[in-house]
Amino acid sequence: MINHKETDIAVIGAGAAGLSAGAACASEGVRTLIIDREPLPGGVLLQCIHNGFGLHYFKEELTGPEFAGRMEEKARQAGAEFLMDHTVMEIRNQEDKKELVLYSAEDGVTLVHAKAVIFAAGCRERNRGNLGIPGDRVAGIFTAGLAQRLLNMDGFLPGKKAVIVGSGDIGLIMARRLSWCGIKVETVVEILPHPSGLSRNIAQCLDDFNIPLRLATAVTKIGGSDRVEYVRIAPLVNGEPDLSREETIECDTVLFSVGLIPETELIRNCGVTINPVTNGAVADGNMMTSVPGIFSCGNVLHVHDLVDFVAEESELCAKKAVQYIKGRIKGGSQIPTEAVKNLGYVIPNSALCETTRFYMRPRILCPKAVLTVRNGEEIIYQKNVLHVKPAEMITAELSGEKLQNLPEDAKLSFELEPVEVKS
Amino acid sequence: MKIHQKICISCPAGCHLEIKENGDGTFDISGNTCPRGKTYAINEMTDPRRVVTAVVATDSAVTPYLPVKTDAPLPFGSIQTLLKKIYAFKLELPAKSGMLLIENIDNTGVNLILTRGSEK
Repeated sequence: MINHKETDIAVIGAGAAGLSAGAACASEGVRTLIIDREPLPGGVLLQCIHNGFGLHYFKEELTGPEFAGRMEEKARQAGAEFLMDHTVMEIRNQEDKKELVLYSAEDGVTLVHAKAVIFAAGCRERNRGNLGIPGDRVAGIFTAGLAQRLLNMDGFLPGKKAVIVGSGDIGLIMARRLSWCGIKVETVVEILPHPSGLSRNIAQCLDDFNIPLRLATAVTKIGGSDRVEYVRIAPLVNGEPDLSREETIECDTVLFSVGLIPETELIRNCGVTINPVTNGAVADGNMMTSVPGIFSCGNVLHVHDLVDFVAEESELCAKKAVQYIKGRIKGGSQIPTEAVKNLGYVIPNSALCETTRFYMRPRILCPKAVLTVRNGEEIIYQKNVLHVKPAEMITAELSGEKLQNLPEDAKLSFELEPVEVKS
Repeated sequence: MKIHQKICISCPAGCHLEIKENGDGTFDISGNTCPRGKTYAINEMTDPRRVVTAVVATDSAVTPYLPVKTDAPLPFGSIQTLLKKIYAFKLELPAKSGMLLIENIDNTGVNLILTRGSEK
């Protein structure tokens, strides 16, 4: 037997993005179905038990589970329906609707018909295989997020003595968490010459516990017979590990905190164009992908630094999806955007002639820089940005008035120029 | 006179603070870009504190562990005492987010509260 379900908007993913988008859709009175493969809504926030979330959005400092709890409550109050423990296997693009194929252990196959889809499926972690780190295939190697889940939700200690590879924020947070659980963190190894995570996490997660951070250092081998027994590391000289200075660190656990990959298989299989820089969908000024009726937001669109910005972006995405199913979405040509200097990307990839917030990632590390948006030679917008680092996004809001006055063949070029700071 | 370098953890900006210890119990602070940096620097020198987050065991098979936090930063010296109490704790469900679990930890006036509830 196949189950059938009808809805106006189907939201794929019940994490920060899906809950925020679902709450926003339902509050505009459209039927909203939030689908997730996990038994409980909240996504990765449920295992991020540390504080530091919600300062922008809720104006107070919350832990991950508190942020998720409030967002879920918001979605339920607004009338969104939840379908948990259901995995979306396929999105079929039909003439006037989308058909989702869902599997669940309990209910078997369910077909969901929706007028629009908001794709908010989040990311998975890059792992040892993605990096190609040599050595033995032994037990005790985890991605930082997996170890976080084991520790914070299932209550398992991953090991006794750990080395963390990568200095992203998840890895740093895990260094503190492991230390508070009595697990010795020997070192954090970072291949770049600067830390990938926030400075305050270096201070409160490493310095508080005297954990050394080794920059510009590569892992040259993970060794052991059944379980990890040691890790070998070597400093980089001109991009190559200097094996004459290789050292061995004894440990039984290795955590990888080396980046996230948007989980886009579902939309790729239904023809959505992917941006090779973000690995998420190409999104226009309506937060819509190249397939009409499929929208995307959150970490599956581009990896965010703060959950607060995920919530903000997802609410905008929801608003546009609601306009779409009501036939009120703004069509016509849009102004293309591009990142030209010291920026990895700009989202959205094109803009409507209305007030638009742009999100971008710097590629440089400097105390101060100027962000300039141009159309050819003409400067459209300029602002100063402090504490520029690749770990933090930059946002800029351009007014509808400015965008309306642009010529028809306009193109928005975003560039970031570092500024000398006198001390 | 002693000089200390600290990174402010009050917000994601992460200002690099330079703290001059004058020896008479006063400090000269530079590098901060807002007043919170100054307060943080003085606290770091006199009474460093951190918000502690962890998980407590429950009597449930569905949600065997639930997250907790201190409702204010806790003095460094009390953190290990608190962690031992947390790991010995067994929570009976149902319980609601915000529930008070340990009151006035080590006579600091700081409490431990639940940050996610569960019915079963």
